[in-house]
Amino acid sequence: MLNAGDILETITMIQDEHLDVRTITMGISLLDCCDSDIDRACRRVYDKITRCARDLVKTGEDIEKMYGIPIINKRISVTPIAMIAAACENKDMVRFARTLEKAAVECGVNFIGGYSALVQKGFAAGDRELIESIPEALAVTDHVCSSVNIGSTKAGINMDAVALMGQAVRAAAERTADRDCIGCAKLVVFCNAPEDNPFMAGAFHGAGEPDCVINVGVSGPGVVRAALAKAGDCDLTAVADLIKKTAFKITRMGQLVATEASHRLGVPFGIVDLSLAPTPAVGDSVAHILEEMGLERCGAHGTTAALALLNDAVKKGGVMASSHVGGLSGAFIPVTEDAGMIRAAREGCLRIEKLEAMTAVCSVGLDMINIPGDTPAEVISAIIADEAAIGMVNSKTTAVRVVPAIGRQVGEELSFGGLLGGGPVMPLNTSSPARFIGRGGRIPAPLQSLKN
Amino acid sequence: MRAVITVIGKDMVGILARVSAVCAAHRVNVSDVTQSILQGMFAMIMMVDISDCDVPFTAFSEELNALGKEMGLSVHAMHEDIFNSMHRI
Repeated sequence: MLNAGDILETITMIQDEHLDVRTITMGISLLDCCDSDIDRACRRVYDKITRCARDLVKTGEDIEKMYGIPIINKRISVTPIAMIAAACENKDMVRFARTLEKAAVECGVNFIGGYSALVQKGFAAGDRELIESIPEALAVTDHVCSSVNIGSTKAGINMDAVALMGQAVRAAAERTADRDCIGCAKLVVFCNAPEDNPFMAGAFHGAGEPDCVINVGVSGPGVVRAALAKAGDCDLTAVADLIKKTAFKITRMGQLVATEASHRLGVPFGIVDLSLAPTPAVGDSVAHILEEMGLERCGAHGTTAALALLNDAVKKGGVMASSHVGGLSGAFIPVTEDAGMIRAAREGCLRIEKLEAMTAVCSVGLDMINIPGDTPAEVISAIIADEAAIGMVNSKTTAVRVVPAIGRQVGEELSFGGLLGGGPVMPLNTSSPARFIGRGGRIPAPLQSLKN
Repeated sequence: MRAVITVIGKDMVGILARVSAVCAAHRVNVSDVTQSILQGMFAMIMMVDISDCDVPFTAFSEELNALGKEMGLSVHAMHEDIFNSMHRI
C-alpha cells in the first residue's frame, strides 16, 4: 500500500515544483532514404518521418493524461542530413530543411533535430554544403534544429570546421536579426556529440542507432531545489545524498513514461536522459539550486564546485532508476532559459569566463548566451575552439550555442519567448584570435593514457 | 487497474460525497480513503479500482478536474503506476 506522504510528495512535485518530462523524442534513421535524385530523397524523408511519427504527439498526450505528468515537448531527431544529402547530385541542402519543416508541422512536434553534419576529422561529401546552408535553413524554417560536431576526444578538433562554424553562427544571427536572432538558438556546435540525445537544439539520430527509437529527457530543477530547501543546513555529503534520491525519483518517472511510450508506439526504448533542464519559469532554475546550496548568486566563487557536486549526484541517482541511460545526462546551464542565471547575468555576477569553467563539470557547454552584435566570426570560432578543447581533453560532451545580438550591445537584451527565454547581452574579451583561427588545420587528439 | 485520486484544498461539506458520486457514476470502486491535513490544507487520498470504468481513464480524470475547479479544490486522478515506480524499488 502506498503511503499518503509519498503520494502527496509526487503531487507536490508535479503541481508546485514543475516536475515534468521535458521531452519524448523519436529518433528516426533516414539512411534508407538516400537517393541520387534530391526530389525523390526529400519525398522519402518526408514519407518516412510522417509514417514513423504519425502517432507520436497523440501518444504523448495520452500518456500525459493517464499518468497526470506534464510532457512538455514531443520531438523528432533524424540521421544527420549531410549523410543523406551526400548521395544527391544536386546539393541544394535547404530543400531538406524545408522537407523536415513540413514533416514536423504535419506530425505536430515542437522541434525536429538533425540538420547536422559530423566533421570532427574532416569534411565528407555534403558536409561543407550543409554547413554553408545552415543560416538560410534556420531562417526559412521554424522547427528545424541544426548541430555540427567539430571535435572529439578520439579525433581531435577540426579547426577548419571551427572557422566555418564561427561564420555560420554569425550569418544565422544576421539572417534572423529581425526576430531577435532566433536562428542561433536553433544551432549548436558540439565536441563529443552524443548520438542519442533527446534534447534540442542538439538532437540528431546517430548512424549506430536503430531504425526508430524512443528517447526520453526528464527534468526537474525545481524539485531538487525544493528538497534542498526543506533539508536546511545539512553538510554537503547530505546534500549530495538528497540530490541522488531526488534524481532517482525523477528518473523513475522518465523511465515509466519511456517504457509506456515505447510500448504504445511499438518502437524500441532507447535511453532516458537524466538531465536537469531549466525553464525561464520561476522555481525551475538550476542556478537556484546552486544558490540554495549556499551561494549568494550563481557565478560566485564556489559555483563550479557546487555544479560539479550537482551534476555528479544527478547521474548517480538517475543511473539506478533507469535501465538505459544516455544522451547528455547532467545539469544544463542555458543562460537565457534559467531565471536564476538571467538575474545573475543581468547583475554582472555571472560572466562568460565563469560559465566556461562551469562547462568543464556540467553536462553540456556554453548554452544560450547572448553576445554583442559586433562580435567578429573569428571570436565566435575561438569560443567554439576553447569549449571544444575542454570537451576533448576531459572526454565529455561540450557545446556552444551563442547568439550574436545583431545591432545590440552589452546591457541590451534579446527575448526569444517560450522555453528559450531571453536575457542580457554579455560582454566578451575583445582581443583578436584572428590569426590563430585563420591557421586552420586540426588540433591533434589528446593523449589520454600512458598507463604502463 | 488502480488509480489514486487526490483532493487538496480547503475543507468543506460534501467533498467525499461528490467525488464518490463521480466514481459511482462511472463504475469506479473506491477501495480505500485516507484524509489528512497537509500544511494547513485538507488532503484526501482515495485508492480506486478503474478496471470496470465505463469511460476512458482520461475522460474520468478530466471530469474530476472539472469538479475540482467547480468546488475550488485541486482534484487529480493519476494511475497507480506513477507512485509505485517513483517510491518503490
